[in-house]
Amino acid sequence: MRRTRIGRWWYKFSRNPLSVVGLIIVVGVVFCAVFAPWVAPYPEHAGPYVNYREANQPPSLAHPFGTDIFGRDVLSRVFFAFRSSLLMGIVVLSIVVPVGVTLGLLAGYFKESWIDILIMRITDIFLSVPPLILALAITSVLKPNLTNAMIAVSVMWWPWYTRLVYGMATSLRNEYFVQSAELIGASKFHILFREILPNCVSTILTKMTLDMGWVILIGAALSFVGLGEQPPKPALGTMVADGAKYLPEYWWISVFPGLAIMLIVLGFNLLGDGIGDLFSLEEA
Amino acid sequence: MRRLGYSVFVLLGLSVVVFIIARLVPGDPARAALGPRATQEAVEALRAKLHLDKPIYVQYFFWLRSVFRGDFGESLYTRRPVIEDIREFLPATLELALFAGLFMAVFGLLLGVLSARYANTWVDNVIRVLAYLGIATPAFVVAIILILLFGMYYEVFPTIGRLSPGISAPPRLTGLLTLDSLLSGNWVALVDALKHLFLPALSLSLGGLFQEARITRASMLENARRDFVAAARAYGIPERVVIAKYLFKPSIIPTVSILGLDFASLIGNAFLVELLFNWPGLSRYGINVMLRKDIEAIVAVVMVLGVVFTVVNILVDLVVAYLDPRIRLVERGE
Repeated sequence: MRRTRIGRWWYKFSRNPLSVVGLIIVVGVVFCAVFAPWVAPYPEHAGPYVNYREANQPPSLAHPFGTDIFGRDVLSRVFFAFRSSLLMGIVVLSIVVPVGVTLGLLAGYFKESWIDILIMRITDIFLSVPPLILALAITSVLKPNLTNAMIAVSVMWWPWYTRLVYGMATSLRNEYFVQSAELIGASKFHILFREILPNCVSTILTKMTLDMGWVILIGAALSFVGLGEQPPKPALGTMVADGAKYLPEYWWISVFPGLAIMLIVLGFNLLGDGIGDLFSLEEA
Repeated sequence: MRRLGYSVFVLLGLSVVVFIIARLVPGDPARAALGPRATQEAVEALRAKLHLDKPIYVQYFFWLRSVFRGDFGESLYTRRPVIEDIREFLPATLELALFAGLFMAVFGLLLGVLSARYANTWVDNVIRVLAYLGIATPAFVVAIILILLFGMYYEVFPTIGRLSPGISAPPRLTGLLTLDSLLSGNWVALVDALKHLFLPALSLSLGGLFQEARITRASMLENARRDFVAAARAYGIPERVVIAKYLFKPSIIPTVSILGLDFASLIGNAFLVELLFNWPGLSRYGINVMLRKDIEAIVAVVMVLGVVFTVVNILVDLVVAYLDPRIRLVERGE
């Protein structure tokens, strides 16, 4: 029974070649990140490794993405940088989604009560400033490192989920199944998490997949200005920024990590669109 | 009007949030500003002068007073009112953001309409593939690729600063170089300023541009199936007019709404793109004060950009209300 259902999902998913491309990209990136020590041609280059004789080599068979000013293999560093990027996406989403969704459910279900007013006003305040700037400001007053970058992005990201779920919860609360649950005296907890939440899951999952890409992008932007993972640990944004200083001559130092960021975001975007289509087909 | 009042409330709330975050900083801003060799008395004196020795709500009150006095407090590093720094750097950022926003709206709509008009032909497919790539590429990566292309191969568009060294800047009226040179009739400076604007504005706008294109395409195709379009066609109205008049106007409503959001990421990305193009704007100033933990200046930068963003969103709402008769008529109570 279960296998046929998965088979049907896969059939619908694979009908759109772009979704499959997205899935392949994401699986590829995750694979390279998880097995970086084995896949990367020069794993020791991910740390404080220096070899000036090999510095600034253009792309070649030995170094497909070239080497940086310290003679480190850019490809190996990109693979290791995938790790902190994905870690950032996973950690941020696992903080932001439960918080944002719970607040959205509460505010939506208790619409027009003080709970709704309090939560949604605070949400509006956080949405009133461009997200990257708030994240930059928060990281800058803390110590620059990966943990604090994740904290900063989490602080500014939850309102999007609150607003998303709020919209759905305000309409779902008038549905018959919610009203009948109220009539038989179900607890508020039951109504929020067992009646309303399951109807929001497909939308939340789609947004989460898309957001993996966006969180990684914001993380790259933070490390681009030096407010993320600190050297010598590799981070995609840092690599782009470092390479930008040597731009016309040693273009490969920054262009390949830049393309790597694009690839990740593209992969999660395509996958997210595919998953979104899947759910809308399922409901249709 | 109610919208305006609410915006003021939201911005006040934002100031409280930013203020609390800024004061969470471990370490003593006064000590940091004076350096490790300053005497304890000097540090204490500065602390007292900045009201750092008082509880946080009193500090907030003093800060709010400085806002209404119009100076946003004093920068700990440049030792002048923050507002002077902002007045110096904001116009460059605004100019860049305006042009990028213009690119976003104009080309985004254009590509979207093209894509919908020639749906499922090669034109549409090319635009859609480009859109996927464009949306996924961060602005600072686009900037680097553009700098590489134009800095190396075609030196048509300069990649550094706002004006070429040989050209004298027009007298400062608005701070927007293009507008200033236009007002003073300085055509050489105008062309040069526009050339300098082109690449940074393009790299800033690309992501949002394709987002707009995608949304316009989707809503055009959706509206094309609606009865009012069929009715217009049935009346024998020429196809060109049907598209331009009956289909276009309702279809750009979602595009315009999303423009406000895209403008947010545009302002955020300006932070990074200005660094790459050596653009003397607020964002570069912002990064500098952030790296030096100049609290008053950080708070001011966030607040100013919050205000800009809020104003843009109010404008967007007004445009949407103008475009959508359902909203316009409901608000008038008809």
